[in-house]
Amino acid sequence: MIRTEELLLNVGPQHPSTHGVFRIIVKLDGEVITEATPVIGYLHRGTEKLAENLTYTQVIPYTDRMDYVSAMTNNYVLCHAVETLMDLEIPERAEFLRLIVMELQRIASHLVWWGTYLLDIGAMSPFLYAFREREMIINMFNELCGARLTYFYMRVGGVKWDAPEGWIDKVRDFIPYMRDKLDEYEQLVSGNEIFLARVKGVGKYDAQTAIDYGLSGANLRSTGVKFDLRKNQPYSIYDRFEFDVPVQTEGDCYARYLVRFEEIKQSLRILEQAVEQFPEDGKIMAKVPRVIRPPEGEVYTRIESPRGEIGCHIVSKKKPQPYRLKFRRPSFVNLQILPKLLVGETMTNLVTILGGIDIVLGEVDG
Amino acid sequence: MALLQNILWAAFLLVVVLGFVTYAIYFERKVIGWIQLRKGPNRVGPLGLFQTVADVLKLLIKEDTIPNKADRFLFILAPVITFVPAFVVLATIPYTADWQFADLNVGLLYYFALSSISTIGILLGGWASNNKYSLLGGMRSAAQMISYEVPLVMSVVGVILLSGSLSLNTIVEGQAGGFWNWNFLPQIVGFIIFIIAAVSELNRTPFDLPEAESELVAGYHVEYSGFRFAFFMLAEYVYVYAIAALTTILFLGGWHSPLPFLDFIPGIIWFILKFSSIVFFLFWIRATLPRIRVDHLMSLGWKVLLPLALVNIFVTTIIIEIFK
Repeated sequence: MIRTEELLLNVGPQHPSTHGVFRIIVKLDGEVITEATPVIGYLHRGTEKLAENLTYTQVIPYTDRMDYVSAMTNNYVLCHAVETLMDLEIPERAEFLRLIVMELQRIASHLVWWGTYLLDIGAMSPFLYAFREREMIINMFNELCGARLTYFYMRVGGVKWDAPEGWIDKVRDFIPYMRDKLDEYEQLVSGNEIFLARVKGVGKYDAQTAIDYGLSGANLRSTGVKFDLRKNQPYSIYDRFEFDVPVQTEGDCYARYLVRFEEIKQSLRILEQAVEQFPEDGKIMAKVPRVIRPPEGEVYTRIESPRGEIGCHIVSKKKPQPYRLKFRRPSFVNLQILPKLLVGETMTNLVTILGGIDIVLGEVDG
Repeated sequence: MALLQNILWAAFLLVVVLGFVTYAIYFERKVIGWIQLRKGPNRVGPLGLFQTVADVLKLLIKEDTIPNKADRFLFILAPVITFVPAFVVLATIPYTADWQFADLNVGLLYYFALSSISTIGILLGGWASNNKYSLLGGMRSAAQMISYEVPLVMSVVGVILLSGSLSLNTIVEGQAGGFWNWNFLPQIVGFIIFIIAAVSELNRTPFDLPEAESELVAGYHVEYSGFRFAFFMLAEYVYVYAIAALTTILFLGGWHSPLPFLDFIPGIIWFILKFSSIVFFLFWIRATLPRIRVDHLMSLGWKVLLPLALVNIFVTTIIIEIFK
């Protein structure tokens, strides 16, 4: 029998396709992976521990830096948890603003994923196309809150800044523009034979495995499980809008690609309705005491971030600081299936599978 | 006297090729820039025309580093082995009927024989670096180039059969009198196989596996820097030049005009036009296609291109026999 010598290859933490500082040690037999050990923690900042010495408002900027590709949803999950604990009523206009920025953020996040995934697969141009559209969203956010990446936009009880004059119209104009561009993307990539050969049947798992590993988001929906917290456990004002939860059944990288692609379209649908129903005026902040002291107790809230179910668990002792704050970080949970998927795959597929899971290292390491 | 003349000609060719490489890189960056909504180089010199010059200069004055555990001798030798054949093959390329540096009777064979030496340089470079990534890149490269050498050579057998000669000059002579006489029409299958295999030989997208950035970081030249790295890059672009010229000669009628009444335009202009469109084609696909996977690459080479090329030879032979 022909046997090649085992090769221990260290991939990362500085490597173009590990999306940050992820490191994975692979044992190679030729080009086939026999064992994969992920090493994480290079970006660990101890957010949860730091939070114990910070007031609730001071924790919000830390959530920006967790999943820095999707800061708005992270802002929301913390505010939502505190509000649930305090039983706060959020003004209508604030809820709409939150929903609009979260859906825009979902589109921006999926665009980053789309571009970098294609970059991983070796196509350079889609990355720049995706970033052109993302730039428009970022500029809108910049207008809204003065930051391009770490927004610190939401507060317990509402949002910090009201939409400036004409901002909603910009969002309205963006929707048909983005739809047009999505058709362009589809023509460029979705039917490309080389691309299909690269992603079809790669990194396959079934629904039971996905549930056993606690996967969420597109990683779960690609196996046929129709679970989206916006539908199954509506938060904010998602129950007022019509949208579908895209599902695929194959459970491979192509299914995940399709699910995310379709999610951009559904987000545009939600945005379209939200912009139409946007209240003319109103308050953007609920009546919140200057020092936020949620009543004693525990709360766990979860929302659908672009990467999956992000949760926030707060233990409050009626102090301005949380007694204990815990985030369920979807990237971290989704990453756990990686070693199982990699065994028996080639080096090339390592990149395809890792990219398909869609991790953000700031969130993995916490 | 004759010797001096030869040396001068050779120096002239070297200047032409280096000039081409300089501006091919510039052109590539511009074209890809336009496709990707960027401007491309536009800072160094007017319109960024000196960008490549600056880049090469930077590489030349960089510190020459050799990794401690590398095989020093082979590490130094590898870029040279890659680089020299790339230039040597250019000698047989006929630009016009009387502008050719060496009219060999076996020009085509000479080209293929020498160009495959470069693979050894890449493999050596990958091995001598003593880096796992470059080793993987070098192995891939060797596998890829050997697999695609076969269909590449097979695909031109049809052309050889049509013209009855291995001399590049004679092959072009046989395609005179308008584009319907060019080889790409009767040899359309051979032409397509040739283009695919050539792109693969050049290690360019979608076949740029040996230096697949997203997996192998940079592949075989991961440890190379400075002018040794420049040698690898230079060899790559000289091969772009060589393959584009060869495609023009074998399939697109060389210096002949596409329509007979356009014959008053000098042949060299036609040659440059055809040549440039091939070069543009190579840049264009680089900007638009993803990278193929290594196992798909192998099965495409051995299971699709090679049988097709063989069938092409068979059919061509039969047709030539019938219409003789």
